[in-house]
Amino acid sequence: MMLRGLNYYAKPAIRQCSNTVGAHKHRRQLSSLPHHLARQNNGMVNIYLTKMPRPMPKTFNRLKKPINAEEDVASLQHVPSHLSYAGSKRMPITSEMRLVKPGEDAPSGIWPVFRMMDESGNFRKPDNSHHTNVSKIIPPKHHDLLQLQSALAIQYPHFKHSLMPSRLFQLSKNPYSDMPSLKKEEEDSDAKNTLLRAHRQMHRLRTMDTILHNAQRQGRISFYMTHYGEEAIHMGSASALSPQDVIFAQYREAGLLMWRGFTLEQFCNQCFSNDYDLGKGRQMPIHYGSRALNYQTVSSPLGTQITQAVGAAYKFKLDAMNNKEKQAAISIVYFGEGAASTVDFHSACNFAATLGTPMIFFCRNNGYAISTPVEDQYAGDGIVSRAPGYGMAGIRVDGNDVFAVHAAVAEARKLAIETSMPVMIEAMTYRQGHHSTSDDSSTYRDVDEVQAAQDVTDPILRMDKFLCHYGWMDEDAVASIGKEERAAVLRAMEAAEIRPKPKLDTMFTDVYQEKPPHLIRQERELRQYLKRHNITFH
Amino acid sequence: MMTTTLMQRACRRMLPQAMQRHDIIKTSCCKSLTSSFQYNHEQQQYSQEVVIGRSFHSSSSAAASQPSYHEAEAAHDKNNGHNELQTTTSCSFPYEEAYNPTKPDPNYPSLGPTTKLNLFQSINSALHTSLSTDPTAILFGEDVAFGGVFRTSQNLRDEFGQHRVFNTPLSENGIAGMAIGYASMGGTAIGEIQFADYIFPAMDQIVNEMAKFRYRSGNQWSCAGVTLRAPCGAVGHGGLYHSQSPEAYLCHTPGLVVVMPRGPRCAKGLLLSSIRCKDPVIFLEPKILYRSAVEEVPDADYEIPLGKAEIMQQGTDVTIVGWGAQLRRLQQACDLASKEGISCELIDLRTLLPWDSETIIRSVKKTGKLIVSHEAPITCGFGAEVAATLQQECFFHLEAPIQRVAGYDTPFPLVAEKYYLPDETKNLDAIKKVMELAK
Repeated sequence: MMLRGLNYYAKPAIRQCSNTVGAHKHRRQLSSLPHHLARQNNGMVNIYLTKMPRPMPKTFNRLKKPINAEEDVASLQHVPSHLSYAGSKRMPITSEMRLVKPGEDAPSGIWPVFRMMDESGNFRKPDNSHHTNVSKIIPPKHHDLLQLQSALAIQYPHFKHSLMPSRLFQLSKNPYSDMPSLKKEEEDSDAKNTLLRAHRQMHRLRTMDTILHNAQRQGRISFYMTHYGEEAIHMGSASALSPQDVIFAQYREAGLLMWRGFTLEQFCNQCFSNDYDLGKGRQMPIHYGSRALNYQTVSSPLGTQITQAVGAAYKFKLDAMNNKEKQAAISIVYFGEGAASTVDFHSACNFAATLGTPMIFFCRNNGYAISTPVEDQYAGDGIVSRAPGYGMAGIRVDGNDVFAVHAAVAEARKLAIETSMPVMIEAMTYRQGHHSTSDDSSTYRDVDEVQAAQDVTDPILRMDKFLCHYGWMDEDAVASIGKEERAAVLRAMEAAEIRPKPKLDTMFTDVYQEKPPHLIRQERELRQYLKRHNITFH
Repeated sequence: MMTTTLMQRACRRMLPQAMQRHDIIKTSCCKSLTSSFQYNHEQQQYSQEVVIGRSFHSSSSAAASQPSYHEAEAAHDKNNGHNELQTTTSCSFPYEEAYNPTKPDPNYPSLGPTTKLNLFQSINSALHTSLSTDPTAILFGEDVAFGGVFRTSQNLRDEFGQHRVFNTPLSENGIAGMAIGYASMGGTAIGEIQFADYIFPAMDQIVNEMAKFRYRSGNQWSCAGVTLRAPCGAVGHGGLYHSQSPEAYLCHTPGLVVVMPRGPRCAKGLLLSSIRCKDPVIFLEPKILYRSAVEEVPDADYEIPLGKAEIMQQGTDVTIVGWGAQLRRLQQACDLASKEGISCELIDLRTLLPWDSETIIRSVKKTGKLIVSHEAPITCGFGAEVAATLQQECFFHLEAPIQRVAGYDTPFPLVAEKYYLPDETKNLDAIKKVMELAK
């Protein structure tokens, strides 16, 4: 597939753990043999196999067939009918966006997955349509965003109600400051092009992930978590929100912050815990937070942010009641399918629906909670099937499709504000990378599964294909975007690395608003101790 | 406690069948009962309501089948109630004797006209003031809407509306998390945990989120407006799950403020300070004082500073430190000790975190002896923190080992409560012991 090479700069995390030089050649062999034997049988020296091969857990050997991988890649005609990124349940795909409201009939059986764009980069036909993928309208190269929007709305009228109000197809009022514009004095429409910005930021996020993940492996930062495979969720949902909507994130949502304007320098400052870190060097890497961008600081305990989002939404509810002129706002909380098992999730759903708070519960169902696959996480039909039970609306979307995520979040936001009720969105996706730098996912999942996610259902790949179909991107353009972003990330990282650490007093401030006497005393003791032993603080 | 046996004897006459087992007497919240809980001038007694369990508000049919408190109190009045007072050494709660309202109290400069209120009424007054002066303030929790199981929120929903005073589903972690989220967007959230014994589901939110919210965000975000209120402490028959004092668990968390008032007058001021404090506060209310403690509470909107202890009475021989309802027993012990010529300095910590060690240190440097007393179990109770700090700071001033008079290391017992609690007799013993050791 000609576009496969576009992923050259984003090395899959799993490859780094596999030692075999001749991996490609022996892949068929490897996948047919049990895992630990395959490694021994290829004749290569396995420097990573330092202990006896351990028996694999029985869930490991489940065969997760990617969706008709070979056929789909080879032919653009085939339209997949079912989705199964991770987990053994196959979910029907639908082109109809239906927010199942409380009181309505919930889908019987498995909830369908709403999707607009297939893996081929083409929009789907309506459900039960007999036409396969017809020839696309290829607009001339100088088509702008609005013309593309109209063209798509004409060709895919069943998506018109999602496409026409979609902010992804709206030019921004002001040029995005992080988009390169060729001539500052000219009105460069690319700098206001929301779709291109989303595309660029997806690449930027993946580049940043790759470089900072490697930085951790080199010992330059202590910890990192990548977002491989979930970039569409970030850009799709962030572009549908307004600045006054507060975000409560779990930890794998840095793309939202990036969309809102957090710079690469700011990301690196937090990861390197230098004196420019907004969190004053108090938390591990990737625990970003920004008051200015309305993004709550990430905390490690899982699920606690979900109940807090309910409180924030309640504040917005009262604000809306008391002040009609004020812009309506919602709170949106992101969590994985693992955190949806915590006590806070259930309390929050109940509170939100009972008290009627305008908010969105956004679940990133990426198949794994560290090593725990979804079969060990829940027995029901995912997370969104719980929504009617709590009395809230719900929809399941394909998390690897930017347009579907955007449409669902926009619709959910509208419903949440109109009815002052919560909405649950479950985005099905796949966690291509490890859980974190402390994790090696090859110990609990098959290489083929990850490979399929990278080669077939990858969101960036899909977006690249879409833009290439409409003549906005080609291999060279994408490669140059990759080069630019790589240079930017490296620049930011090097600048962050040389900065000094925060001062000693940051340990004792902000515990309370004003430092109480006992902390003043303890800080004095510490300073005397350091002086006594001639220790300098950083 | 006296009132436990009093109630049991009174009710045993009325309900022989019900008292075969150690049963919980459900009361109803009908308005007619409030009149029976007034201060009885002749006998200078306060009747004490029995308040237990989450099913406080029983249905009217259930209330009709059980004798009301009118009859129970009539039985009490018949005997004049004096038998129990004379036979046991534990005291009644003649709170008027401890704080004579006619004497000018140096700790409380004149704050204008006052009203005689009990603890739940003064807390209600503080909540009312807060909701009136702060338009973002909301009050929520389990059963808050109808007035609360301890009537601390009565009439507030009628006045401030269903959106500001409301019930939440039954989930303490939800209450705590919601308070944090609401406060993080700039509002004032007053959450009520029905009993401090049930605060533990919320501990993740309190310890990991509430206490660290400002610190971990680099002071970008804070949950300054959070106040969580919870009734705590022994009530006479609460048993394991209606009598706990969890201040030790909470005080081990940097970033929290933990406050416990000792009576209605300081409760109103402390609660208003807590609600307006720019840090998250856990406000523990000794539930036994809800009805039994009555003081002249100023009508004004006043605040008592947090982080400052109060010297209730000056003394020269021994420093006694306590908090909450325990101060009543300590006051009795001090009075009994003064009859034997021992001059005690009684200090109420008021704020347990951050606690005012300077005041205690100054006092112990003067007296040379310290007794700390609390209801919670002695091991790792907050008295250990006070004792450890004081021995470090005042070692060479101490004339006797620091005494801790606290509950035993058992879950809070039911029938043995009278012997479990560190009452005034045990404290008097400790006072005499330190005086003896110091000779």
